[in-house]
Amino acid sequence: MKIAVCIKQVVTREWQPRLDDSKTWIREQDASFEMNEPDQYALEEALRLKEKHGGEVVVCSAGPARVAQVIREALARGADRAIHVEDDALANADAFVAAAALAAAMKDEAFDLILTGLQSDDQGFAQVGVILAEKLGLPHATIIMEVNAEGGSLRVKRELEGGWFQWVAMPLPAVLTIQSGINQLRYATLKGIMAAKKKDVKKAAVPSGLTAHQKIVSLYVPEKSKKTQIIGGSPAEAAKELVKKLRDEARVL
Amino acid sequence: MILVIGEQRDGKLNRATWEAVAGAQKLAASTPITVVVPGGPGGNGASAAANEIAAAQVKEVVVLEHDALTAYTPDGFTAALQGVISQLSPAYVLLPHTYQTRDFAPKLAARLDRAIITDVTGIKTGSGQGAVFTRPMFQGKLTADVVPQGPGPHFVTFQIGAFRIDQAARGAAPASVRSMPASVDASAIRQKPEAPFQQAKQAVDLSQAERIVSVGRGIKEQANIGIAEQLAKALGAEIAASRPICDSGWLPMERQVGSSGQTVAPKLYLALGISGAIQHLVGMKGSHTVVAINKDPDAPIFEIADYGIVGDLFEIVPAMIEALKA
Repeated sequence: MKIAVCIKQVVTREWQPRLDDSKTWIREQDASFEMNEPDQYALEEALRLKEKHGGEVVVCSAGPARVAQVIREALARGADRAIHVEDDALANADAFVAAAALAAAMKDEAFDLILTGLQSDDQGFAQVGVILAEKLGLPHATIIMEVNAEGGSLRVKRELEGGWFQWVAMPLPAVLTIQSGINQLRYATLKGIMAAKKKDVKKAAVPSGLTAHQKIVSLYVPEKSKKTQIIGGSPAEAAKELVKKLRDEARVL
Repeated sequence: MILVIGEQRDGKLNRATWEAVAGAQKLAASTPITVVVPGGPGGNGASAAANEIAAAQVKEVVVLEHDALTAYTPDGFTAALQGVISQLSPAYVLLPHTYQTRDFAPKLAARLDRAIITDVTGIKTGSGQGAVFTRPMFQGKLTADVVPQGPGPHFVTFQIGAFRIDQAARGAAPASVRSMPASVDASAIRQKPEAPFQQAKQAVDLSQAERIVSVGRGIKEQANIGIAEQLAKALGAEIAASRPICDSGWLPMERQVGSSGQTVAPKLYLALGISGAIQHLVGMKGSHTVVAINKDPDAPIFEIADYGIVGDLFEIVPAMIEALKA
């Protein structure tokens, strides 16, 4: 089974928001980056499917040069090779451009299955996997919590809202967007990190003529919708004051 | 005109459809709104749900019926709605940001090669550059004002709760409801869906809880869940968690609050070490009093909190338990 996993490099969870001079994007130079969490689960699922069915796992990422970091990480965890669609303009690309860039680089590979996370922790479009499927002419399903790929067909468990689920069958090849928590993640071993250095990373260019379908005109720290009373002091003082306010002011105790 | 795509299951209208209608009315008060409800024929199909949303102040409701739409599939819905959009030529196509919308709307927009702006929480008009849509980014740490590019229709999905149902204007009389045959080739639908099911009977109904203590990543490890449970006991509260805690198996899935878990609205929601990603906030922002305890002063949870303590929960929680004894 030839499996592709699309991963995105995003700012770390601990990142403190800082904007660039244009106030339409972040200051990348003082941000640190990591693999988008839902994509980590997609990668893990691909590695497990390969262990069960054999084949190959190819990690694909569209982004600037810095994306090499998460590609190496994925190779260290066990992916066999990588495709990096490299362009500085992909750093803040919209979902159409990202999906079109990936589709162009992936279409001749004839993957049996393409996995990606259900959304990214940065722009959070929740669109790339679905648009990629449309561009490649493949069936898809989103927010997947279990993948069965026996005998050339696919049966997956979709998460619905409020604790509901649904099984959906479809033919291969197909695209799935994976929900966090579908499996337990593995981490790279020293052996994996060494092996990753020898693995092939193919560079691809962004096809010409792609135009963005949306534009960020302003990026800012959200306005507070509520007036938050921040309670200061030592932990003991703050705790005491909070309990007092909950009893006497909010009257919820 | 503006097209709102409604959602129903077994003839029951998804309440988020009302929110999308409220968003449509906000976007352009003078522009006629048509609501289309796709689904199967018969009493448990689209028409039952269409009659309900016809109470809204809209121009008309279109029932998009076909056997192949009885069970939702992205292939079927995309084909059927592509036909409606080409017939009606709307300026905007608006949808609630449900899991079903997330499954087909990007495909529909991509097929038409049109912009789609997802998870929108607000609309700004009158700036001279057309409507500007507000959406969270970077896990809610930042907000973006976004404008769609290229020709219409522009697709917009509204975050659940971004517009309230009671903001949707009702019509003086029900809007006209008409049926439109859907053009779907059932044999071209590649997904074969089975009936939805609930994993396990929900033993815990958090929606009825008066007080909730909810833990997030800041709790650091499973062994620390105990101190949150002690605080919950001292407050007479149920224990709950954000998704990562349940993913890790530190608390059962049935205790998860958020878009994939339960929606709660207690008198007191006390968030311990929860940053406040949007998927969590949609499940608890209806709470009466929200308390956030987090070491990160920039955590988005503080934006919706009534009371906040910036600090180490491992120091504050034991102090709270002590203070509650007094």
